[in-house]
Amino acid sequence: MSSTGAAPELPLPAEAGVAAPARATRRRRKRGRPWHMSLLLHGSLVLATIIAIFPVFWIAISSFKSREEIQSSATLNVWPDTWLWSNYSNVVKANDYGFLRWFGNSILIALLTVVVGVFLSATAGYALSRYRFPGYRSALNSFLITQMFPAAILMVPIYQIITSLKLVDSNFGLLLALASTAVPFCVWMLKGYFDTIPISIEEAGKLDGLTPFGTFWRIVMPLSLPGLAVTCFYTFITAWNEVAFANIILLSPEKYTLPVGLRTYVFQFDQAWEKLTAGAIIVTIPAVLVFLFAQRYLVSGLTRGGVKG
Amino acid sequence: MGLLVLYPLARGVYYSFTDANQYNALNPLQPSTYKWVGLDNYTQILGSQEFRSVLGFTAAWTFVNVFFHFTIGLALALALNRTLRFRGWYRMLLLVPWAVPSFISAFAWRFMFNNPYGFLDQFLMKLGWDVPPAFLGDPTWAKVAVIMTNVWLGVPFMMVALLGGLQAIDSDLLDAASVDGANAWQRFWAVTMPALRPVAATVILLGLIWTFNMFNVIYLVTGGGPGTSTQILATSAYLNAFDFKLYGVATSYGVLILSILLVFSQFYRWSVRRMGEETWS
Repeated sequence: MSSTGAAPELPLPAEAGVAAPARATRRRRKRGRPWHMSLLLHGSLVLATIIAIFPVFWIAISSFKSREEIQSSATLNVWPDTWLWSNYSNVVKANDYGFLRWFGNSILIALLTVVVGVFLSATAGYALSRYRFPGYRSALNSFLITQMFPAAILMVPIYQIITSLKLVDSNFGLLLALASTAVPFCVWMLKGYFDTIPISIEEAGKLDGLTPFGTFWRIVMPLSLPGLAVTCFYTFITAWNEVAFANIILLSPEKYTLPVGLRTYVFQFDQAWEKLTAGAIIVTIPAVLVFLFAQRYLVSGLTRGGVKG
Repeated sequence: MGLLVLYPLARGVYYSFTDANQYNALNPLQPSTYKWVGLDNYTQILGSQEFRSVLGFTAAWTFVNVFFHFTIGLALALALNRTLRFRGWYRMLLLVPWAVPSFISAFAWRFMFNNPYGFLDQFLMKLGWDVPPAFLGDPTWAKVAVIMTNVWLGVPFMMVALLGGLQAIDSDLLDAASVDGANAWQRFWAVTMPALRPVAATVILLGLIWTFNMFNVIYLVTGGGPGTSTQILATSAYLNAFDFKLYGVATSYGVLILSILLVFSQFYRWSVRRMGEETWS
């Protein structure tokens, strides 16, 4: 469901993050800028940074407040009256269809989507990459078209397939739906990486007696590990954030994924924001850490693919 | 592979010409009895007042969002492309909206939009606004609210992509321009922007498509409401499919969305190419 995920989750095919050390030194040699320009520059960056992190900061603070404090004008307190841990313990507390269950479901579904999506796509991407095609332009076009596929057309037919297989309200049905929407995206990404691997390496492998599958498995796959990792990462994130299918396929609370489950906290008459904020923070911290750690590899991986030069 | 994508697509297009709904289709317990109705779904949708308002908001939503994504993203990228202290910190913290799972961001904003005890309303009251806006209850403010959320969400991607493009610009070109007496403003318009155009054209088109189809933000922040004031085509299709269970109508929406995007992207690429140079190399 790449088209319904948040836009920024999807990668840019090329031209991102090329470091230019020579440029930095050139800049440094330049004379300093006047102080008021400095102030303006830092001022606007600080403002942008505050806006960027504020919503996260705010749910973090609110997750320590009591329901009464959140639902009153005291909600504006930057420092909670008393720091409560009970929101967290209430959320995590063992419950047949509670938060931890949803967390587990989400992780399982996202991981399996990656396994099915990426590894089914690898062979197709390889075939597309080695098959002589009109070239980059048409590959870009097909990518854009898969991005345009509105879920709306595909959703009803996929839902129909899932109902006819009697997989409504099963995690397997959701997995099927997510994997089938992930495949075109994965194929496109992986094709791009395979394109960067020179055919001459494969020919050398063939001369040394490898079968076609052998060349694919023992030469192409290891060389495109960075590309595989990036594709896995994006597929994981897309599946992890998916709401539309999860919302219609999963019916019983113990099968919910996180977005569907957390939604039940607040899309009802009795809005439990104190639970939502605590749950949100538990989900966010690992996600942000992983992302910030991985992002430099994501960007350079996207630019360079598996092989240098 | 082709089967996996093409079969549902063909099936979807077929449904759009039928009267499929919950009584006559997609029910495993009884055989399907839906029938061909030709263009009825399309004429019904295109003739409705609701469709026109949804289409209008979809257009506004898409262009306003991408406009702010691009301008703010470019401004931040230009700022980060200089040597300055704390550059790494700024860059990392500015990526936070991208790093947070998008459904969490949507909830966080919904939380801040709450009336009257959300952060924004309380903050505005503190600033002297007696009756702060009901961000989720008033049709106009709800539009502002979803757009704000999505602008916040989409800026980091543009920033990173454009920063990459800026760093790939040969600094000799800029130096040459300075030697020739171009001031910063002239260097920006005469050197930086043309050099950035291939990257910019691609990310803007992707941004337009993604925003046009953006489901999560609308669905989780306003749910399309109040009424249908913040529905975009993508969420309308979903509403028709799974709330009203009008599968035929919903897939017609889908076909309309796909056609709009195809026509638009062809037009976009044609105009970019006409503006000069090879952009898609």
